[in-house]
Amino acid sequence: MYEALADIILAEKEDGIPFWKVVQADDCAERGITEEESFAQMKKMYDAMREADANYDGGLKSASGLIGSEGLKMEKAREAGELLCGSFIGKVMEKALKTSESNACMKRIVAAPTAGSCGVVPAVLLTMQEERHYTDEQMVEALYAAAGIGGVIANRAFISGAAGGCQAEIGSASAMAAGGAVQLQGGNAEEIANAAALALKNLLGLACDPVAGLVEVPCVKRNVMGAVNALTSADLTMAGIFSKIPPDEVIDAMKSIGRNMHENIKETGIGGLAGTFTGTKIRERMAKL
Amino acid sequence: MNLLDIIGPVMVGPSSSHTAGAAKIGRVSRMLLAEKVRKADIFFHGSFLATGKGHGTDRALIAGLLGMRVDDPAIPESFSVARKEGLDFTIAGIDLGDVHPNTVKMYLTGVTGRTLEIVAASVGGGSIQICELDGLAANFSGDYPTLIVRIIDEPGHVAEVTSMLAEKSINIATMQLSRFSRGKNAVMIIECDGEVPEDVLKWLLQGKGILKVTYLSLNYGQAE
Repeated sequence: MYEALADIILAEKEDGIPFWKVVQADDCAERGITEEESFAQMKKMYDAMREADANYDGGLKSASGLIGSEGLKMEKAREAGELLCGSFIGKVMEKALKTSESNACMKRIVAAPTAGSCGVVPAVLLTMQEERHYTDEQMVEALYAAAGIGGVIANRAFISGAAGGCQAEIGSASAMAAGGAVQLQGGNAEEIANAAALALKNLLGLACDPVAGLVEVPCVKRNVMGAVNALTSADLTMAGIFSKIPPDEVIDAMKSIGRNMHENIKETGIGGLAGTFTGTKIRERMAKL
Repeated sequence: MNLLDIIGPVMVGPSSSHTAGAAKIGRVSRMLLAEKVRKADIFFHGSFLATGKGHGTDRALIAGLLGMRVDDPAIPESFSVARKEGLDFTIAGIDLGDVHPNTVKMYLTGVTGRTLEIVAASVGGGSIQICELDGLAANFSGDYPTLIVRIIDEPGHVAEVTSMLAEKSINIATMQLSRFSRGKNAVMIIECDGEVPEDVLKWLLQGKGILKVTYLSLNYGQAE
């Protein structure tokens, strides 16, 4: 995988190959497979995302009992036309809840890039396809764009909460989804990378402070925020608004913030929301199970 | 790590390290035992012990020992599957000292009486590391076809194994060597770039000073 988004942009400029295709070519070289094999495998990931969304069960509860039915509530509110955000963003919010809630309830999802942030990318991409009717092939291309961004972040910094806090998980997922959205709208490599940079910038410094150490609170709702943040970043980009800090430098900033972050707020379930009065009570209750 | 680790894996939640990693440890352990597991005594360390219950780490590990993959929807019900399939297990806590926070130690017995003592860690994103096999240090991921070859600790046997692999055009990705004590048994752990055919495994066993060959195939159990 690439070490810099600038290298992918350069490849597009010099060789005239689109961002997603550059990422695909790299995947083929790395794993010794053909373009068709690579594409088919990525298509499977997209199908699995769609399946996870379709198989949502609003009647389930997570291990702690804290999570369940949020996606269903959001769906009802959207259908009632009550949302300030409107039906498009409402659907994105609903899908983000549904997939990450399914994860908390031990159902099958696609880690993108992690299980804790699994709702962000499908919320954006599935909604765009349902509302804007892109072909499956276009969706897989968007998934390549998202994966290319995630790959650079993983190579350059980190994508786990334990290593870099929530900015590394939801932040990365949001950057990936933003890039995917711009790919769908016909953006070039520079625009794809810019959307990723804008999304990640907004989430710099975000702590990973899960209550009782579980992928439930606040993870599920942060997926909603990551998905909506991806949409605004894509819109800013397509309106021609650019990050003053280049994308790779934004990723480097995320890394340095993650390194400086206290261990208490890096997936240890000690600090932040986990360390609140209520968070501590929940942990004590879980320990007795 | 490759592109399908960024978008992927498809897995049963909630945690790639505490759920998918645990299931993979279970499945790789079963492959290393090379038969159905009849009994498993499981000891969770660190974060596995502290937050495992809420992450379904216990159910995922048992699912893996039953041969389930990380995306098997039956993972949450693995305890009842284990009862049906006659897998007895115990689960307890342990302090293994200065090891990865997500570490588990297991004593496994198979249906024909084969045993395996294994220490493994879930190191993030669903990736795992096998740290110890039957008391000997190890370091492999289960992502490559892996040969575990027990040899007599005498000059020449390591070279013999590697030259036999070379003759069959099998490229070695990584290799480790450790031993109990001088002149006794040693273990070679060889991660290969391609699958090692059955006849090569049999042929290896005929080599001088080669005591036992265990093979972790990535194709194992695909027809299950």
